[in-house]
Amino acid sequence: MIWTALTALLSHWRSNRLQFFAMVAGLALATALWSGVQAINAEARASYDAAAATLGEGQFDQLLPRSGDRMEQATYIDLRRAGWQVSPVLEGRLRTDDGPVRLVGLEPLTAPGTIAPVGMQEGTNLDDFLTRGVLFAAPDVADALTASLSQRVITDPSVAPGVALTDIGVVQTLLDAEAQLSRLILAPTQPMGLTDLASLAPELVRQPAQDTGADRLTDSFHLNLTAFGLLSFAVGIFIVHGTISLAFEQRRSMVRTLRALGVPLNLLIGLMISELILFALVAGGVGVALGYVIAAVLLPNVAATLQGLYGASVAGTLQLRPEWWLSGLAIAVLGTAFAASGALWKIAQMPLLASARPRAWAVASGETARRLGAVAGLLFVTGIGIAVWGQGLTLAFALLACLLIGAALILPLLLRSAVTLADRQARSAMWQWFWADTRQQVPGMSLALMALLLATAANVGVSTMVSSFRVTFVDFLDQRLAPELFIRIDDPAQSADVEAILLSEAREVLPLLSVETAITAVPTDLFGVRVGPTYRENWVFLDETADVWDRVEEGRATVVSEQLARRAGLWTDDPVTVAPGLTLPIAAIVADYGNPLGQALISETLFRSLYPDMQPLSFGIRTDDPSALRTLLTEDHGLPDTAITDQSRIKAFSLGVFERTFTVTGALNVLTLAVAAFAILMSLLTLASIRVPQLAPAWALGLTRRRLGQLELLRAVVLALVTTVLAIPLGLLLAWVLLSYVNVEAFGWKLPLYLFPGHYALLTLFALLAAALAALWPALRLARTPPSDLLKVFANDR
Amino acid sequence: MIVRVIAILLWLPFQAAAQGFAGLGTDAEGFAVPTPNPVFDFPQDHGAHPEYRIEWWYLTANLTGPDGTAYGVQWTLFRSALAPETRDGWSDPQIWFAHAALTSPDRHLVAERIARGGVGQAGVTVQPFAAWIDDWQMAGPSFEDMRLTARGTDFAYDLNLQATGPLVFHGDNGFSVKSAQGQASYYYSQPFFEVSGTLTLPDGNIPVTGTAWLDREWSSQPLAETQSGWDWFSLSFDTGDKLMGFLLREDTGAFFSSATWIAPDGTTTAYPDGAFSAQPLDWHSVAGRDVPIRWAVQLPDKGIDVTVTALNPDAWMALSIPYWEGPILIDGSHTGRGYLEMTGYE
Repeated sequence: MIWTALTALLSHWRSNRLQFFAMVAGLALATALWSGVQAINAEARASYDAAAATLGEGQFDQLLPRSGDRMEQATYIDLRRAGWQVSPVLEGRLRTDDGPVRLVGLEPLTAPGTIAPVGMQEGTNLDDFLTRGVLFAAPDVADALTASLSQRVITDPSVAPGVALTDIGVVQTLLDAEAQLSRLILAPTQPMGLTDLASLAPELVRQPAQDTGADRLTDSFHLNLTAFGLLSFAVGIFIVHGTISLAFEQRRSMVRTLRALGVPLNLLIGLMISELILFALVAGGVGVALGYVIAAVLLPNVAATLQGLYGASVAGTLQLRPEWWLSGLAIAVLGTAFAASGALWKIAQMPLLASARPRAWAVASGETARRLGAVAGLLFVTGIGIAVWGQGLTLAFALLACLLIGAALILPLLLRSAVTLADRQARSAMWQWFWADTRQQVPGMSLALMALLLATAANVGVSTMVSSFRVTFVDFLDQRLAPELFIRIDDPAQSADVEAILLSEAREVLPLLSVETAITAVPTDLFGVRVGPTYRENWVFLDETADVWDRVEEGRATVVSEQLARRAGLWTDDPVTVAPGLTLPIAAIVADYGNPLGQALISETLFRSLYPDMQPLSFGIRTDDPSALRTLLTEDHGLPDTAITDQSRIKAFSLGVFERTFTVTGALNVLTLAVAAFAILMSLLTLASIRVPQLAPAWALGLTRRRLGQLELLRAVVLALVTTVLAIPLGLLLAWVLLSYVNVEAFGWKLPLYLFPGHYALLTLFALLAAALAALWPALRLARTPPSDLLKVFANDR
Repeated sequence: MIVRVIAILLWLPFQAAAQGFAGLGTDAEGFAVPTPNPVFDFPQDHGAHPEYRIEWWYLTANLTGPDGTAYGVQWTLFRSALAPETRDGWSDPQIWFAHAALTSPDRHLVAERIARGGVGQAGVTVQPFAAWIDDWQMAGPSFEDMRLTARGTDFAYDLNLQATGPLVFHGDNGFSVKSAQGQASYYYSQPFFEVSGTLTLPDGNIPVTGTAWLDREWSSQPLAETQSGWDWFSLSFDTGDKLMGFLLREDTGAFFSSATWIAPDGTTTAYPDGAFSAQPLDWHSVAGRDVPIRWAVQLPDKGIDVTVTALNPDAWMALSIPYWEGPILIDGSHTGRGYLEMTGYE
């Protein structure tokens, strides 16, 4: 009996292949986007986790030098002798023939639990690590290290990309930093009765766990991606929900017949659930495979994006991680369950002898729309509450969620109102019928239209954010890269000679002096600048006091970046300790987009008195004739051509990094819009068959099939147009939240919002095109409906 | 007390994984090996012997609070060499680690430390004497006059140690045999410390007085492959006599025993395998295993037939390498106090 009943149930799909395709394809597409995004996220997260695990970054409090980037090893011994459970770390860049490698030196015996290299637990013993110098290197740098070091190098994929881990003593030798340390990791539990750290080591600052910044920066990007993943999955679920509801409606008579023949209701429900789980698994599997392809195509871009933006490394290879393909399958099954629960409930509640006639699917119910509108109102109020009182990245995303879901839920109400408004303007009977019929369609199409709304809004929002960022960034580059030429030399001994040559040839020479340090525990580049016309004329500040450059030039003030100011909780006129024993007021705040490090500027004279051994290795040069100067420098003064870069090349490089940043976002936008179009297509196709009885009278009254088809197309475009028009303000709101809430929370700086009307027009056009394309086939089918089918409606009048 | 060696080498888990329990410390490759008839040179020999693989400064104290409550304190500094040499800086192959415990009838608080040699974080100097790791130390003008400190997250102690008797040499003048196959160590003790000082418990400070027993031992291949664990007793009788005895348990169930009788003036009588015996009387479940916490102990030659009972049966050292160590009370033919260490109970 089970087999027979199952065959009967499955026969429905055999005679409704389109429905079957819509269900499987919708589910597969949704899963694909979801799992693709998850794959990228999981891959990137795994890289960070490896980095965090191996470096102790974020997990533990750390002690950093108050200024500079090195501390004495004696400080470590003093703290240990005072009872503090700290573990030393020394890090730095080692030059190899294939570029620099970040070396991290640990002390495995005192390092808190989880931060030693994973590989150490397998194979190599601690003896070798401690006494012979073994390096655990990420795969991308292992060969370079093997070639340039005498120590044994073990490739370990759990080590963060670009990094090699080894014993602290080995790093001290390799970096020529005898008895020097970078920082100390504080064990989470400390003995009782310790002397205060501030009195034991006043030259160190304690940096709380989880505050290294990189986590939050990259988290924002991942949250962004996850939001897109969820959005596209939601769009897919709309499709599946629609398909399953319709299929179950159409199978009501079959269910009644089977039950009348003696198949128990529970068995039937069970069979239907198994059937759906099977479909979900198959579609989910296809989706996961597609997702892998999406991730594989996008991952190099993601890696480039994160590296360019945040300096965080992601290995460029994709691994099949169980967490994302399992999550893909799980979400496919859960999504199906969610989509089917209502339909199954109705079947379960259906009386045995009830009329099996498919109910008109699209019952025009203003009640539902109003209920959804009320929920949306509630969400909006919550959102406003968050916007006014909320703080933190999570709440910022909660605000986004309130906005988007609220907007989706209020859509049917707005569509109905728009259509009603149009109806009132209609003069002829045909148009009155058209609008009334459109209103009738709204509930049936609202899921697909919600999908379109979300896709378009996300597109508008993210495009606005990206483009605003871009405009700001280009201005910023123009300001920062004002010098026409940049000279870079390798040998500090040549510095003075090169500068003398440049001074004799150029209008203005700007030596670039900088040192990596930490100011109030924020990792910062401290610059010494030669204040001249270039700085005075080109630099635009976010906030400034009087005579900024005069005061900086005289060594009486400093200029800091917005990131440093926000993270340190400082603003103009606040005093800040830029180096040991040197506290200066902040004269101005300057924007420094995309840089995770802080920046502080002091005068060249002051810088040189602080770091007398530091020689500038780069110079910016102002000249009216860059190419002539370039020739002069290379041919007459023997500077290698590669040492000279012109501004346009640096700008192009910087812009290139930035462009890659949002390629992924763009690609996901297009995919999301495509899924929304698919949703429209499927709702129209499924509606079409039910709508024949409603269209037949219009045909009988004289409307040609061709005209009916045109009206169908028009209807889809009109609904899409209203939706898209609503999506634009929603998208702008989304962008505003991203720029003024999410960005500040995640990145530490605020971006101005720019509007791009041309872009939105183009997007509207794309959305309409997508809707029209989606409606074309159903409209054509309608136009070609055989008159006999339309006549049958009257013949079989029920 | 060489029996404690397993704790040292097992402490570094990678070695445990590589070699298994019983085989630890059996290989003396490149290291010096103890030979009979040692001639000690003090105070030099109170310091480290880096040419030997393992070494320790091991102190246990039986203390009493103002209300008569019994307490126990353990302080141990271990040295474990990866190579028979010392070097300056991080490449020094000497590894130091330490265990500290404070035991009362209802509490047992423990802590541990580990450090590399060569950078000043841990070590031993002889003149003046100092043995330290981080802020834990046993130091003073001489080996006979020292201050002992250690602390963990929930306890601390600060004790003054005054020796009131001579050093005591175990086995054959300090050459202590550990197995029938001839494995041995250098082993001497200072069992005559008078102690006064302060214990810090979570509820506050407690002034205490009592006695302490310090063991010094070093070797390179102390255990035979077939030895799986040990039970070590240090007993201080109210008569002023003292007894050190241990059983090294064989995989087969047999055991190797050794003992030293110490008269109140410090004269010793060494006993070979078989003279000293001990049998478990009661077992107690702690940390998921059964450990004997009451023993019948005999040394017929001196008329010793006593029962020893753990002051706190839960004196489990839940550290990187776990074992049982705690103060004991003595009853029977003689009365007194002492310390018991047991390892290898799975």
